[in-house]
Parts: sequence; structure tokens; C-alpha cells
Amino acid sequence: MKFPLFPDQASTIAKPIDQLYFALTGLSALMVMLIFLTITFFLFKYRRGKRVNRGPAHIPQTAIEVTWIVIPLLLMMGVFAWGAHVYFQQQRPPQGAMEINVVGKQWMWKVQHPEGNREINELHVPVGRIVQLILASQDVIHSFYLPAFRTKMDVVPGRYTSEWFQATKIGSYHLFCAEFCGTKHSEMVGRVIVMDPVDYENWLSAGQPASTMAQEGERIFSELGCSGCHVGNSVVRAPPLEGLYGKPVPLQNGQIVKADEGYIRDSILLPNNQITAGYQPLMPTYQGHINEEQLLQLIAYIKSLGPRNPEVRR
Amino acid sequence: MNTLVDSPAILDESPLKTAEPPNYLQEGGSTLKSWLLTTDHKRIGILYLYSIIFFFLIAAVAAALMRMELITPPGDMVSSEMYNRLFTIHGVLMVWFFLIPSIPATLGNFVIPMMIGARDVSFPKLNLLSWYLFIAGGLFALGAILFGGVDTGWTFYTPFSSAYSNTHVVAMATGVFIAGFGSILTGLNFIVTIHKMRCPGLTWFRLPLFIWSLYATSIILVLATPVLAITLALMALERIWGLGIFDPKLGGDPVLFQHLFWFYSHPAVYIMILPGMAVVSETITCFSRKQIFGYHFVAFASVAIAILGFVAWGHHMFVSSQSIYAGMVFSMTSFLVSVPSAVKVFNWTMTLHRGSITFHTPMLYALGFIGLFTVGGLTGLFVATLPVDVHLTDTYFVVAHFHYIMVGGMVTAFMGGLHYWWPKISGRMYPEKLGQLAALVMYIGFNLTFFPQFIMGYLGMPRRYHAYPEEFQIYHVLSSAGASILGAAYLLPFIYLLWSLKHGKKAPANPWQATGLEWQTPSPPPQHNFRNTPVVDRGPYDYSPEKSEEEVIYGQ
Amino acid sequence: MANSHVAVAEQFDDMPQQQEASTLGMWTFLATEVLFFGGMFMAYIIYRNLYPHAFAAASGHTILLYGTINTGILLTSSLTMAMAVYAAQQSNQKWVVRYLLLTIFLGCCFLVIKGFEYHDDLKEHLWPGPNFKQGLPVQAQIFWVLYWAMTGLHALHVTVGLGLLSVLAWLARHGKFSEHYNTPVEVSGLYWHFVDIVWIFLYPLLYLINRY
Repeated sequence: MKFPLFPDQASTIAKPIDQLYFALTGLSALMVMLIFLTITFFLFKYRRGKRVNRGPAHIPQTAIEVTWIVIPLLLMMGVFAWGAHVYFQQQRPPQGAMEINVVGKQWMWKVQHPEGNREINELHVPVGRIVQLILASQDVIHSFYLPAFRTKMDVVPGRYTSEWFQATKIGSYHLFCAEFCGTKHSEMVGRVIVMDPVDYENWLSAGQPASTMAQEGERIFSELGCSGCHVGNSVVRAPPLEGLYGKPVPLQNGQIVKADEGYIRDSILLPNNQITAGYQPLMPTYQGHINEEQLLQLIAYIKSLGPRNPEVRR
Repeated sequence: MNTLVDSPAILDESPLKTAEPPNYLQEGGSTLKSWLLTTDHKRIGILYLYSIIFFFLIAAVAAALMRMELITPPGDMVSSEMYNRLFTIHGVLMVWFFLIPSIPATLGNFVIPMMIGARDVSFPKLNLLSWYLFIAGGLFALGAILFGGVDTGWTFYTPFSSAYSNTHVVAMATGVFIAGFGSILTGLNFIVTIHKMRCPGLTWFRLPLFIWSLYATSIILVLATPVLAITLALMALERIWGLGIFDPKLGGDPVLFQHLFWFYSHPAVYIMILPGMAVVSETITCFSRKQIFGYHFVAFASVAIAILGFVAWGHHMFVSSQSIYAGMVFSMTSFLVSVPSAVKVFNWTMTLHRGSITFHTPMLYALGFIGLFTVGGLTGLFVATLPVDVHLTDTYFVVAHFHYIMVGGMVTAFMGGLHYWWPKISGRMYPEKLGQLAALVMYIGFNLTFFPQFIMGYLGMPRRYHAYPEEFQIYHVLSSAGASILGAAYLLPFIYLLWSLKHGKKAPANPWQATGLEWQTPSPPPQHNFRNTPVVDRGPYDYSPEKSEEEVIYGQ
Repeated sequence: MANSHVAVAEQFDDMPQQQEASTLGMWTFLATEVLFFGGMFMAYIIYRNLYPHAFAAASGHTILLYGTINTGILLTSSLTMAMAVYAAQQSNQKWVVRYLLLTIFLGCCFLVIKGFEYHDDLKEHLWPGPNFKQGLPVQAQIFWVLYWAMTGLHALHVTVGLGLLSVLAWLARHGKFSEHYNTPVEVSGLYWHFVDIVWIFLYPLLYLINRY
């Protein structure tokens, strides 16, 4: 029988986390030994019937108590700080990430690369590249767990979450759903496949996707009638979308929000929630008319729209 | 010895010249009605004892079936639907119908009034009502199980529970809701009792640490449980009428449910450990014949755990999409709450120093508690460490962590307390050698069951999985083997304790020569506990290890 | 010292101990009630913060007249309750009964008006769900879920309070309370004041957003 003790270290963050883990294990083993040995020693030395000094011990009680409060406290704060430091690295992706979209639904993972390649329960990535996953749920809460990369993030309906990693070892590793999501929760598993960059490019083109995500998004954009208000001279005044992504948007109530994926998604599904300053709440909701994958494609399209030509409309 | 006004005869263990007064089991009769309408805290404690054991057995069977399924990687013994119901039933019953009431409602109810020299709790009728609420809640839970079960996990996360599950969620949630009010009333009763019913001379710092711990437990019971109640009610409203405040389609936030749920459920775990610590403080002092080391520190540690326990809930939600800053705050508070627990462990250890130690069954359980709770608590540090928890959350590491504390800690302490106070409750002694054997077997079985789960967890084995990849099998096999040993170890006391009710040696008033007030009255006690109200003139644990070497101690 | 009509319950040593225990018991119970309502207040705070516009729009459809009258009624009932406690402490049996009955009457008025209000709310389709009133932002439904849940739970507490006060009035009628023994009146008073205070919070939060 196999007796594996540790998962593969296949990402840049795996090693720092394993180091923390080993330190904690060492600390714990030390503590356990200390207490275990002390107790065993006392049990032997002071068991009833043994002739030994049982008189009052004249121990400086308060001093000892304070010591064993302060020392553990300092140790705890030290471990916390170390953990927080690694946590920041783990949660904040560096610049230059390539984005891949993931939609979780009962009970499968649907992956979409920007180039248009789609996968089910598999995620191909190139080694050494920083990859950021945009995670969306079609139904209940799931969780995208990659043990070899030591990363996990819940996939929550109604919002986008994200996790990032930089794979360091070519190979194939587990992908697990890690938030109970119903009957086939334990079957919502797959593989993440780390490839040499050249092999990855070959894999992408061999997939021969009909269109990129942005192209799909453009098709949906006109099919759903978005171009009716948001493009050209329309009767209805709607905010222009060119160059929108990533920019600050002033709202009617005076707030300024950033136009990220979540903002765009909310604008499509709950348009009256945040009304752009200077516009009327006229946009209908597309809830029920568009699924999570299509939303991501639409967002990819909007992201691809460059800054608008100042001579075009308005 | 504390004085009992006007009646030194109570302490005399030689046969009384006058006829023995009836004890609480006899007084008032032994009809079903006298039990079901009792307001005697001792009888109510026993009613709870039988009820929680009933639920424990059902939950244990669920666990056994799960462990059998997990021996092989594919899900081939039960269906997925069934497996999901099994772990839900196991969690719901163990948490709310066994662990939360366990020590407080059984041993607490029985012992607290006696320990403070009172005749009963402040509100005896409310006490009985608490039990009926517990039973009513239990009936709803049983109904939910019999009519097909629930598959949401004991955590009832939305939107799965409120909009997707096809099982009897509302019935189960109602059961928990009702039982929750029972536990609130128990906590309320204890708080008022401890404040107002202490006998003359019994100041706060002369109270046994059992009382301090149960007082802290009661604070959590009354403040945290109502939040669970309203949260489950809101989830049920959403489920029944689609009144969504957790529904993202309406702008609702499914993660809000998690915040509200864990705001209760994290303090709840302290409800499930403080009483265990309470028992250890009593037994470790008694069986090392020694004053507790650092009484004030242990007392205040209980209160600190209760307070700090309220501000750590977000550590269950590090990967829920809560902000990283929230994560930092909760990680910090989680580390802080480990300090008072560590203080307790150190103090118990030092209590052994220069004591006169015997290895009676309650002592074995106390020592087992210290060992297992220490491991469980230390592994808590792993999951409090943010980036490590990102990897470990929702894996078997967490399962192992909380079982070390809940089972290795609380259940072990419960067994210890049950054995310790068994002579007082039943008037009989249990067979000591069997008791020691069961404790040892339990310790071995427990470690074999749960230690491999730590390793599995770091490897990435997720929780609540019905089927799993082959590489994890060796650990599951070890775990299941351990579980069968653990099961046998629990069965043994069940059998011999029942046996002792008829055939055990009759217990003297104070078989352990312990110092608590509950031991200054016959075993079993009369209905009103004391013939005359005790008067206290010294602190607890007034033992002398030197003198103890000369004394006669039961069983030595 | 001890009232000859009232025996001390057997678990207590004397009347002062019994009275102190009752009072502490009620305060502790009220603490649990604060946390019980608190969960919903927390949800309200969070969602109002997230969707101020929707909440303001939704609040505009509550019936201000009913809410305001009810606030006046409940505040007055707290006064009459306090007077009942005072009368008990003065051994004024007649007025204990009268003030209790007045409090009960006011409480019933509150519930009746609430009944009319709920009826009108439902006519306006303000029950969240597929038939919810058109024209409001979708998050307004969250406001209305909280409205029904919070006012409903409050009304339930008022009803329980009325039951409690009825029993009390009956006991007072039979001469149970006096300066020697009036803890049940005092303790019920605490409960009633709590119910009133919850309403004092609910009223502005539910009825008065953006309405001056």
C-alpha cells in the first residue's frame, strides 16, 4: 500500500506554506513532548505509595503563570505574523497574470480559456506562468481546490471570486470541489495539467476553438440587444462601454466604483443597483436570460473594447 | 471539612442507628409520572443522561456506516444520497443533541446545586421545561431522519439548504431551534443559580472550578444560541416562502448566512469544551490529592475563553471570499484564544507536582483529556494560520482537529465525570478494573481513528466525500480500524454502568474522600440534597498529599 | 416580613433571595432576546449599507400613520405598566388591576392596528416573491423580508406579553400583590419595556428612511 505523506509541491507558494507547516509541526511536537514527559515524570515520581517529598513547594506561582502566558503569547503572535506575511503573497496575484475563467455547477467544472478553448473538469496551464482564475457559480457554493498548489477559494453564486498560482512542476495534479454542494459533491473532481509552455500553445491551437471568449461575447452582445442602447446613436442614452473596464465610474449617489468583473456582472443582472451618474434607470435586467458562462464571455468582450474614439458619439 | 450545621452524623459512614432517610430515587416514588413531572434537578439530570445517550447511539451508528463505506475508495456500500444524509445526521445529532447538553445538562444539573450547597436550581420548573424542549426538538430531528433525512451537512449552508436541497431541512432546523431554547433556559438557570443560591461562606473564589467553567459555558449558551435560532429561522423562511435574504438573485448574500451561523457555532465549540475542562479540574485535584495549581488563573482562563470565543468566528470562513483583512483579524483572535487554554493545561500539569497520585478511572480519563486536548488544541494553531488554512480547510485535517477536541476532549471528560460522580448519582460503585481497561482501549482506539486523518488532510483529502482517490486508502483503513476499537471501548462502560445499577457495590457517601460539598451528603443524596444547609469556611480542593498517603482510599 | 399569603418556593431560603433570583433571571432572559432580535438587526444594517437607495424606496411604502400611532400606543403602554408596578409597590390592589388592564388594552390596540397595516401591506403586494409590487428595485424585497420577519417576531412577543399580563391581572384581582410581594409585576414590567424598546428601534429603521 502507498504511504504518501505530503502532496507535490507544484507551485511557488507551496514551499513557503510547507515551511510554515513544518515549523508548526515542530513546535507542536515540542509542546506535546514537554507536557507528556512532564506529566509522565510526575505520575511516576509522585504516585501514591512512593516515599518522596510532598510538602508545599514554594514555587513563585505568579511569576510562573505570567511566564507561561507571555511566552506562548509571543510565540502565537510570531506564528500569526509569519502566516499573515505568506497569506498576503498567497492572496495577491503579482502583475501580468493570464486569466482563465471557471464556472462551477452541480456537479462539474467548466473551464474557459480566453482563446476560446473549453474544458470540463480539467485545467491545462503552462508551467512558470502566473495564472489567475476567475471563479463563478451557476448554482450553489462550490470551492476550487488544488492541493498540489496549496490554494483554494470558494465559488459563490452572485459574485466572482478569484485565486492565483504559478505552477513550478510539469505534471498532472488533483482538482477537488471543497465545499459540500449536494449529491455528487465527491464526483466534482478533476485534474490540473501543467505543461511546458510550447506544449501548452500547441494544445491551445489543437483545440481549434471556433471563436475566442471575446468573440463569443460580441455575438451575445448583439443577440441580447445590448448594442441597441450602448452603441451608436440610439434613442435611449446608455453609458458607453469602450474603455470602461478597470476605470472608475461615478454613480448617481455620489459614490465612485471601479468597473471590474463584478461591477459589469451586477450591471447586467441587477442594473438598478448602481446607476451611473447622469443616466436614467432604464436598463432591463437580464437575469434568467444569460448563464454564468455567457456572462464571462460578455465580460471578456467588454474588456476587449479599447478606449473609445472621442469623435464617435456623445 | 466544611461544617454542616447540626448534623455531623451525615459524615459517619457506619450504619445509622435510625432508619436511613429515603434518597432522591425513592422519595417521591419511582412511577413514570414521578419522573416525567419531576422538578428535582437530580432526576432531570438523569432524564437528560438517558436522552443524550439515545441520540449518541444513533449518531454513532451513522458514523460507523460512514467509516465502513470509507474503507474502500469507490462509493460502493451506500449511495451518495445516503452518505450525505449520514454525515449530516451524525453532525446534527452529535453537536446539538449530544455534545451541547452532555456535561451541562447531565452532570451540571446533577452536581451544581449540591456543589454550592443548595437544595435545587433557581428555577426547577424551568429546568423540566428545558428537558421537554430538548425532547420536542429531538422528536422533530428524529422525524426528519425517519422521513428521509437531511443532506446539507450540520452547517446548513445557503443557498444549497434554502433553495436546492430536496430533503427535510425545515423539520431538522425546527428541531435544532426548539432544542436550542432548551439549552438557553439551562444556561439561564445555571447563571441565576450560581449567582444567587450559594450557601453561606461560599464566595466566588471559594467555588470549585467546575462551577467557574460551567458559569462561563452558561454565558455562551445564553448569548450565542439565540443568534443560531434566528439564523435557522431566516433560512427556513427562505426555504418555505422564498423570502430570500440569502438569495443572490435578489441581491442577497449567501455568505451572510455563514457569518450569522458561525457567530453562534464558534462560541458553541467552547460550550462543548469548557464543561470538559470543568470535570478535569475536579478529578485531577481529587486523584492527586492536591490543591489546584493557580486557582485564580484557571478560573479567569474560563471566562477569557468564553469572551475571546465570541470574536473568532471568521476563521471558519477564510476562503469564503471574506476580505483578507477580515481574515487577518480573525486569525489573530484565534491565536489569542489558544492562550487561556494552554494556561489551563499547564496548571493541571503542575497540580500533579508533589501530589499523591492514584490511577482510578476518572483520573485516567482526565489524563487522557489532557493529552488529546493538547494535540487537538495545537492543531488548532495550524488552521488558525491563514495560508495553511487555505490549504487545510474543508479537508480531513479539520475533521481530525475537531474530533480530537470534541471526542478526545469532551467525550473523554464526560466519561471521566460520569465515573467520578457515578457513586453519588446511583449509589453504586462501577467495577474499577473494567473502567481502567475501557479508558485505555478508548485512548488507543481514538488515536488510531483520528491521527491518520491529519496526514490525509494535508495530502488534500476533502471532507464530506463519499468516494476518494486511491492514494488515501491506507489512512482510511487505519481510521476505520480505529473506529471499531473506539466503538467497543464506548460499549464497555455502557454495559458495566448499567450492570452496576443492580449489582455494583453500594457506594459510601464519599468514596474518593473528595472535598466538594456534594460529597458531604449520602450516596445517593436525599431529595433536598442536604439535611441542613452547609456553611463554608475555606476554599475548594483542601487536600493534603502528605496526609493522603496515610489515609484509606477506596480501592487502594 | 414574609407576606402571609405567599410562601417562599422551597428551593429558596427566603423571600429576598427569591426576588433577586427572579429579577436576575428576567434580565438574563432579556439579554438572550437582544441577541435573538440582534441577528436580524445585523442583517438589516448590512443590507441597508449595501443598498441604501433600494431600502429608502422600500421604506417609503410602509404606512407611516399606522406605525406612528402604534409607537405612541406602545410608549403609553410602557407608562401604564410602570404605573402598575408602582401601584403594586404601594399595595394599591385596585390600581394594579386597572393599570394592567389598561396596558393590555393598549397592547391589543397595537395588534389590531398592526393587523390593519398588514392587510394593507398585502393589498399593495408588498409580500416578497414573484408577485411583489412592481416598480421597486429588486433589493427592496430584502427590506420587506426583514420588515415582515422583524415586525412579525415583535408582534409575537407582544402577544406573549399580553398573555403574561392577563395572568398577572387575574392574580392581582385575587390580591396576590402588595408591597411585600410584587416581583412578578416588576419582572413582567421589565419584559414589557423590552418589547417597547425593540419597537422604538424598529420604527425609525423601517418607517423613517429618508422621510422627514
